[in-house]
Amino acid sequence: MSGMGAGRRAGSALLQDEPLIFELGGWDKSGVDFPPGEADGDTSDLAGLTRAAPPRLPGLSEPETLRHYVRLSQKNHAIDLALYPLGSCTMKHNPRLGEKMARLAGFADLHPLAPMSTVQGALQVMDALAHWLKTLTGMPAVALSPKAGAHGELCGLLAIRAAHEARGDGRKTVLAPTSAHGTNPATAAQAGYQVREIAQTADGRVDLADLAAKLDADVAAVMVTNPNTCGLFERDVLEIARLTHAAGAYFYCDGANFNAILGRVRPGDLGVDAMHINLHKTFSTPHGGGGPGAGPVVLSEALARFAPVPWIVHGKGGLELIEEPRGEAAAALGRMCAFHGQMGMFVRALAYMMSHGADGLRQVADDAVLAANYIKARLSPVMSAAFPDGPCMHEALFDDAWLEGTGVTTLDFAKAMIDAGFHPMTMYFPLVVHGAMLIEPTETEPKRELDRFCDALIELADAVRAGDVERFAGAPFTAPLRRLDETAAARRPRLKWTPQA
Amino acid sequence: MRYLPLTDTDRAEMLGVVGAASIEDLFVDVPAGARLAGPVDLPAHAGELAVERALGAMAALNRAAGAGPFFCGAGAYRHHTPASVDHIIQRSEFLTSYTPYQPEISQGTLQTLFEFQTQVAALTGLDVANASMYDGSTACAEAVLMAHRVTRRKGAVLSGGLHPHYAAATHTLAHSAGVVTRRLSAAVDDEAAVVEAIDADTACVVVQNPNVFGTVSDLAAIAQAAHAAGALMVVVTTEAVAFGLLKSPGEMGADIAVAEGQSIGNGLNFGGPYVGLFAAREALVRQMPGRLCGETVDAAGERGFVLTLSTREQHIRRDKATSNICTNSGLCALAFTIHASLLGGVGLASLAGLNHARGRALASALGAIDGVEILTPRMFNEVAVRLPKAAAAVVDALAARGVIAGVPFSRLDPAAGLDDVLLACATEMTTFEDIAALADALCTELAR
Amino acid sequence: MRFSKDHEWVEVAGETATIGISAYAAEQLGDVVFVELPEVGKTVKAGDPLAVVESVKAASDVFAPVGGVVAEVNGALSDTPETVNDQPEGTGWFVKITLADPGEASGLMDRPSYEAFLATL
Repeated sequence: MSGMGAGRRAGSALLQDEPLIFELGGWDKSGVDFPPGEADGDTSDLAGLTRAAPPRLPGLSEPETLRHYVRLSQKNHAIDLALYPLGSCTMKHNPRLGEKMARLAGFADLHPLAPMSTVQGALQVMDALAHWLKTLTGMPAVALSPKAGAHGELCGLLAIRAAHEARGDGRKTVLAPTSAHGTNPATAAQAGYQVREIAQTADGRVDLADLAAKLDADVAAVMVTNPNTCGLFERDVLEIARLTHAAGAYFYCDGANFNAILGRVRPGDLGVDAMHINLHKTFSTPHGGGGPGAGPVVLSEALARFAPVPWIVHGKGGLELIEEPRGEAAAALGRMCAFHGQMGMFVRALAYMMSHGADGLRQVADDAVLAANYIKARLSPVMSAAFPDGPCMHEALFDDAWLEGTGVTTLDFAKAMIDAGFHPMTMYFPLVVHGAMLIEPTETEPKRELDRFCDALIELADAVRAGDVERFAGAPFTAPLRRLDETAAARRPRLKWTPQA
Repeated sequence: MRYLPLTDTDRAEMLGVVGAASIEDLFVDVPAGARLAGPVDLPAHAGELAVERALGAMAALNRAAGAGPFFCGAGAYRHHTPASVDHIIQRSEFLTSYTPYQPEISQGTLQTLFEFQTQVAALTGLDVANASMYDGSTACAEAVLMAHRVTRRKGAVLSGGLHPHYAAATHTLAHSAGVVTRRLSAAVDDEAAVVEAIDADTACVVVQNPNVFGTVSDLAAIAQAAHAAGALMVVVTTEAVAFGLLKSPGEMGADIAVAEGQSIGNGLNFGGPYVGLFAAREALVRQMPGRLCGETVDAAGERGFVLTLSTREQHIRRDKATSNICTNSGLCALAFTIHASLLGGVGLASLAGLNHARGRALASALGAIDGVEILTPRMFNEVAVRLPKAAAAVVDALAARGVIAGVPFSRLDPAAGLDDVLLACATEMTTFEDIAALADALCTELAR
Repeated sequence: MRFSKDHEWVEVAGETATIGISAYAAEQLGDVVFVELPEVGKTVKAGDPLAVVESVKAASDVFAPVGGVVAEVNGALSDTPETVNDQPEGTGWFVKITLADPGEASGLMDRPSYEAFLATL
């Protein structure tokens, strides 16, 4: 059993138990010291506008704070512990150099609205990042401000919408494959479009005939992920682009799987008009338990002028931010958010890019694709690959055909992986495959860890075949908690702590 | 290459198992014309030292806020974060963990999110809060869309005191959903205009407190007017420390409260990553965007936490989701909750009191200068002043002499005709020497 | 009681039709956590989306099997959505409609036909 602090319930040996901060007392305590006198100054100038009493929240001393959060941290799995096989999430190692660079005072202690002459280094970082992203994708423009991948998708679709509106063409439909990630239709709907689905062929790709049939004059954009969510490269991508453009529509590419083709293929060469890049996937900014992300969007010539502000331009006195849709940026679609984007993630991503270089980034794609194919080869004898013919890209997709009649579901199998020391792979996505299990190892796994992972899954698969259903139905047995009741959580939501009545 | 563990021996062995002659075989599906023959035209890999030098040189070109007198606010605030916060968020289990979709092995993240939600609900004075949004501006935009879903009305009135970037981001998102935002003219203290603008098609009014000019107001009358017309009141807070002193949005009748949480736990970082706070009345919970963490029990009856009410979200509801959001601001929300736990309610109240005291000292010093007029009638820690010259030029001149005087309003909204207005802010990090230096430099500059 | 191919049931009494989801549908859905009901007064035709029933992992549309005006909704479901699992064809009803065409329901399957239909799935 590998090191997760597992194998025992919380409250013993190295795995401590820890209540909520609201259960530790401390209602009148604070772990921060202030200079005496000034903090309780005169607030009579705000009479009638102030709270009657301080917010009712507990405070912790520093020792209690460290205990609380260190104990809680022990209950989390993390990439630093083991391979995280989450498909389409690209859980690669997070270089600590990025953390060091982002914390330089010149980056961390910099206000977004400080005078331009005092922030030239920050603008240089943004300009350099833009250059790397444009060169890697072969696209002429990039919008840096979107705060996450989904935000980038929205930015791309809004640029497309602005482009249509500029020619007086009010198209109302977006096409996306049945295998698309949920953010694609959600984003299209948020951008004001109706979504229609494109069918998939038996070998997991976009059905060109169905696409051609649905590409009418009301289609504003086609949203395709490439490599797609089944982990396969869309062989007919050039034809997809050609058909899309011939119908007067734009080609949006979901760049979540860019890790597979980094340095090997440029989306700009495939006819893509807009593609968001998940810096927290491909360029390894930390996942942080769910965020923050960053989702810059590369844009084709046709869409470049609709990018949202701010834009970086090379002025006479140095780099400048254009923050209003005027002059050069007159056609800009407006603003996606306050300020300029996720600067902290730009620094980390740039450190990552500079460290790897053009040669290293190409090696990233090669090793990511090799690792996924290696896992596919080692596991295919015991599990059913969804698309067994031909290589996969950076992720390998299995379905639950091999579990038929065993009494074990994809969910059960995944929970048993926890007992083996691994975070479960992506389950039940993409929706087009039954009981999907999507595995993406990434390029930062040593062969030793890839083999450990495969050995563990093979052993589990053998246990399935041996009929040891309970091992799966009751799993996980060794995690701090087991099979939480999500039904109760949804039926009677308790979304905050309240004092016991 | 230090981040790529596979050796050439490993690669050869793995290719053998895969049954491919070379890595090229695995890219067989890529159209021949689209395959790059070699690496793209960018520099080759570099060691840590070289990268540190390159990025260090860029950082050195920036004038850090702490390098001298500094008075910028306008939506991002310089506060002191206790040393332990940064140590804790850099623990592997927090930094390199994933979204807590597998609750059995993510209780660290889930419990801290539950504590975060509880804190945000308490600070905003509302019933329920989510597990964070990207930032305050997108939270504001999503609040308007939520009000549209709840009331089924298509209009939104944006106060003239709302941060112009928030108004712009809201307009961008609302426009595509067919919601018409009406942004009132920039106004230091004119919430009455908001009331007048409400009509039968208003889904919500959006008011900011303190507003972008620093003004603190009682919003109860606006809440009443909005509710009487069947509309919701959305209250925006860009300076989270203000929650320690001012009446909460909930107390003033807000239906939805959004805020920028950056002031607590998170540094300036040139504008991001930040953390959006989002809270609402209980009855509206199913229309809320973003992740929600809830309490439950496990198979052995032990208390635990899970992501819940997920059917609102994109991965289930797809085109009928409340929003397209996938990520929250995870690590920034963690930093917020750690700092808030250290502060406690009494600590936050002290911090707010200290900020207010420094703000008043700043206003006092500026008001004493000939030709400078204080526009903000009631302030927390930020003040809008009218100068006898264009504020942008004054700020640039002072910057050249090492004093960052604040944000010219023209930087936020060039069309407002308020080019002579400067927004200046003081926090617990502002010393009296800093204030004196500003007053001195300003005096000299205005006398030219 | 009559059934549609989408697994809704209809019980007609005079001009009023009570509508819910069949026991088969409730079982397929798993634990129901929430039901989103329409507004009273809403007009629907047969085949229009009428309600949404949510389990932890999915949200499914419920379509109107017959047309009319929504007269009443089962408010008790907001506190106890589990009623849909316990009594899907009884107290777990969703909506009562004032029928536009009182004879429309007769075009739907009776129980034996519905059960035969389920056997083919």
